[in-house]
Amino acid sequence: MEERELICICCPLGCPMTVRIDNGAVTVTGNSCARGAEYGEKEVLSPTRVVTSTVKVIDGEFAMVPVKTKTDIPKGKIFDCMKEIQKASVHAPVAIGDVIIENCAGTGVSIVAARNVKNHN
Amino acid sequence: MTEHDIVIIGGGPAGLAAAAAAKKAGTEDILILEREGHLGGILNQCIHNGFGLHTFKEELTGPEYASRYIDMIEKEQIPYKLNTMVLSISSDRVLTVINREEGLIQIKAGAVILAMGCRERPRGALNIPGYRPAGIYSAGTAQRLMNLDGYEVGKEVVILGSGDIGLIMARRMTLEGAKVKVVAELMPYSGGLKRNIVQCLDDYGIPLKLSHTVVEIHGKERVTGVTLAAVDEKRRPVPGTEEYYSCDTLLLSVGLIPENELSKSAGVDLDQITGGPVVNDCLETSISGVFACGNVLHVHDLVDYVSEEAALAGRSAAAYAGSQKEEPSSSNIRIRAVNGVRYTVPQFVNRESEADQWKIRFRVSDVYRDRYISIYYGDERVYHKKKKVLAPGEMEQVAIKKESLEKYPDLAEIVICTEED
Amino acid sequence: MKELNYDAAIIGGGVTGCAIARELSRYQLNICVIEREEDVCSGTSKSNSAIVHAGYDAEPGSLKARFNTEGNRIMGDLSKALDFSFVRNGSLVLCFSEEDRPSLNALYEKGLKNGVPQLSILTGDEVRAMEPSVSETVVAALYAPTGGIVCPFGLTIALAENACDNGTDFLFETEIETINKTDSGYDLISSDKIIHATYVVNAAGVYSDQIHNMVSESKLHIIPRKGDYCLLDKEAGNLVSHTIFQLPGKMGKGVLVTPTVHGNLLTGPTAINVTDKEETSTTAQELADIMEKAAWGVNNIPFRQVITSFSGLRAHEEGDDFVVGEVKDADGFFDAAGMESPGLSSAPAVGAYLAEQIALKANAKKKENFIETRKGIINPQKLSLEERGELIRKDPRYGTIICRCEGISEGEISDAVTRTLGAVSVDGVKRRVRAGMGRCQSGFCIPKTMEILARETGRNMEDICKNRSGSNLLTGKRQGGE
Repeated sequence: MEERELICICCPLGCPMTVRIDNGAVTVTGNSCARGAEYGEKEVLSPTRVVTSTVKVIDGEFAMVPVKTKTDIPKGKIFDCMKEIQKASVHAPVAIGDVIIENCAGTGVSIVAARNVKNHN
Repeated sequence: MTEHDIVIIGGGPAGLAAAAAAKKAGTEDILILEREGHLGGILNQCIHNGFGLHTFKEELTGPEYASRYIDMIEKEQIPYKLNTMVLSISSDRVLTVINREEGLIQIKAGAVILAMGCRERPRGALNIPGYRPAGIYSAGTAQRLMNLDGYEVGKEVVILGSGDIGLIMARRMTLEGAKVKVVAELMPYSGGLKRNIVQCLDDYGIPLKLSHTVVEIHGKERVTGVTLAAVDEKRRPVPGTEEYYSCDTLLLSVGLIPENELSKSAGVDLDQITGGPVVNDCLETSISGVFACGNVLHVHDLVDYVSEEAALAGRSAAAYAGSQKEEPSSSNIRIRAVNGVRYTVPQFVNRESEADQWKIRFRVSDVYRDRYISIYYGDERVYHKKKKVLAPGEMEQVAIKKESLEKYPDLAEIVICTEED
Repeated sequence: MKELNYDAAIIGGGVTGCAIARELSRYQLNICVIEREEDVCSGTSKSNSAIVHAGYDAEPGSLKARFNTEGNRIMGDLSKALDFSFVRNGSLVLCFSEEDRPSLNALYEKGLKNGVPQLSILTGDEVRAMEPSVSETVVAALYAPTGGIVCPFGLTIALAENACDNGTDFLFETEIETINKTDSGYDLISSDKIIHATYVVNAAGVYSDQIHNMVSESKLHIIPRKGDYCLLDKEAGNLVSHTIFQLPGKMGKGVLVTPTVHGNLLTGPTAINVTDKEETSTTAQELADIMEKAAWGVNNIPFRQVITSFSGLRAHEEGDDFVVGEVKDADGFFDAAGMESPGLSSAPAVGAYLAEQIALKANAKKKENFIETRKGIINPQKLSLEERGELIRKDPRYGTIICRCEGISEGEISDAVTRTLGAVSVDGVKRRVRAGMGRCQSGFCIPKTMEILARETGRNMEDICKNRSGSNLLTGKRQGGE
């Protein structure tokens, strides 16, 4: 039986939770909502994170466009994703939600734009 | 001299939300003045997520949150001027404004909404001894250079200040390939959200040293290192606890200061504790027709609360601009913050205001556990609620119903405080 | 190795070197100023009290006394000719006890001997009537109405620009390592240049002993004397209107409290002898000392409003006086060494004196077309609204505000970079137009100032430095792919 104390990161409340793993069965206590329970289980079994960063824009009104992983990715894949993001670039115009990188680092998750960027002309 | 019913100074989250609300409340003639080349304010460089959980029930990044409001502004065709700086405001609401296209112009405003946001406290204000090399940045400046302009500000970093901006930058720089060696925090507790400690420090094995500060900066041309030391309960460095960290960058996240130079030029009364204007429940300042919202009023933690507050300012400004009323009301009740409550916004409520209830936002002075928030009308305690945790870094709020004051016609002061039992 | 030839080479681009260059450029001589940093005004000239002393403090008969009095006398006219900020706000030397009165009187007598005009001794009450913030413990004060405050960057840069306009070359990032005497003068050798000069002026600040000792058997010894300062927000700028000194007395040597020409309040300096000529690191002890001592004479100094602190080294020569003039055993080699306080005040006078000496020796004729005046960078905030609007119409860059705290526009910053001896670094811009000197200490404007510097000098952002080489502000750029 394993017990872990952790802070939920789903929302700014940051509920302190206890996650108990007993023969593969996971119970979460201390959460204030369903998302917290979900997070607690996930965090001990297969932790994930949303990654935000920037990608270079060509011919855009801004030099960089903020991007994010469309959904969360395995925590262990963060730096692999970052490597691809740092090598990438995109041509303006860019719209929020545009896919910049498909299937980043083999996670199956896309990197999408988080800001509208017009062409600088 | 041109005239507009409502002029909003600042096109960041506060200014945008105020504009949208003012339009919705019926004012057509609105103008937003923004000093950068784009709307969105500080959100444009806050590329991390965590915004909008309350407002949109979604978790958005800063730029995405900003674009929701920018879309509203464009849809409602609310006019705005970019690359435009307000130089001064007179007490009768004449703004002196400067930009390339128009030069120096004056704008008369029916109502003004102050939404200028805040700036960061620099190294100089802390008087950290040592050399003055390149490589010392306030966290926001580093964030701007990295996120908007795509530059690397440093490779080996020490961060002073564990407020959210410092924590966010710890993660950001690590993701971009820098080595963040340590985050030092003067207080015995972190100023940032617990979730940020987890996802910005714990995730990357970055140590957090509470009750520590930087006592010396080394390096003549560029930072070569910093010396940290532990501090005592009076926040003074303890001799003998010095520890040297080599680094080429020192990031400072040591306080945000509402930017009220313009407010001062207009003669607005400022609250010494918040650094922002003293306001009533309509968010009107001591100058008739001048309203304030967002970080210029008091530094917020959540942009969702900024938007809510700004919407109130927008509605109030719309009501003011619409009516012919010029006289400020005399039936104000002062709200006094004592005993663990550091300040409240607003600082006054007006019995005659239209609203049924007022949202009073406040911060506490220290970390408290299992304490009560209490409200007193004179000697009578009318509210007493237990809170498991209260922290200076997390803004709280209580609602006061206007009808609760009916039994107290002579009440001049409401007291909000913490109590142990 | 680059080889250059000049009639006169001035080692040191601080206020002394630039003053000499300016005066020497009146003559038909080829002149260069050799400066080891990337810009003029990079050493002690940028980190001092910015005071133009009335002249009562120097020993009568000394070079300090002579050049201080003269420098003070001509500073007003010079500030008009060269367009830099100088205000004759008057000085007060506070006396805290009757025991110290003889010292105060002695200072007064010295001032009279030095020819300082309009000196008087005031009672404590008279002082407090002039300056309500002065402490009740003050019993008397020496009042010197001719004392003033100056912008030390403005003064130095104005002298340099005018020297340059009058044909002086400036060689930056050039540090003289060896000097060889030759038949025709001197060879000044740096890592990449040999400068052949008939006449040499040593205005090398804290290094002036090293330079002098390369050519003379009679050695100089400079003891760098470190002084830390605390600068307060403009909100505190009108706490006092005069420059307030503290008479050294039983409490020790005090510090000054003074408004600056920019509207800030300056407190300091401390005085600690150091051995390292690069030791300009402020210390916690010294900063605390300043705050304690400043409060002796002035009440309610709002130290919460400190916006920055800095440190400078005074070049104190063991002989306790300036060393100005031709070196006895080095023909054609002139010293302007040991220029600690009142060095700033004295610089224009030392410049005029040495220029005359060199011109005499060189039998040089005056130029017919010497440019006597220099126009500084426009300060749009001093113009009327209409004039300012007109300026923006002519050049829209004056309509974009870059430094929000000080209200500095892109037009002024561009001017600072593109004019004669333009800024090449962020600190260079700061010293010319104050961008970055405000309460946020460049937090807001530094990215924009860097962009303007990069654009106007054709460099990448990553190459922009805070001051000298190696003080790069950025460590790289996101390249991205294609």
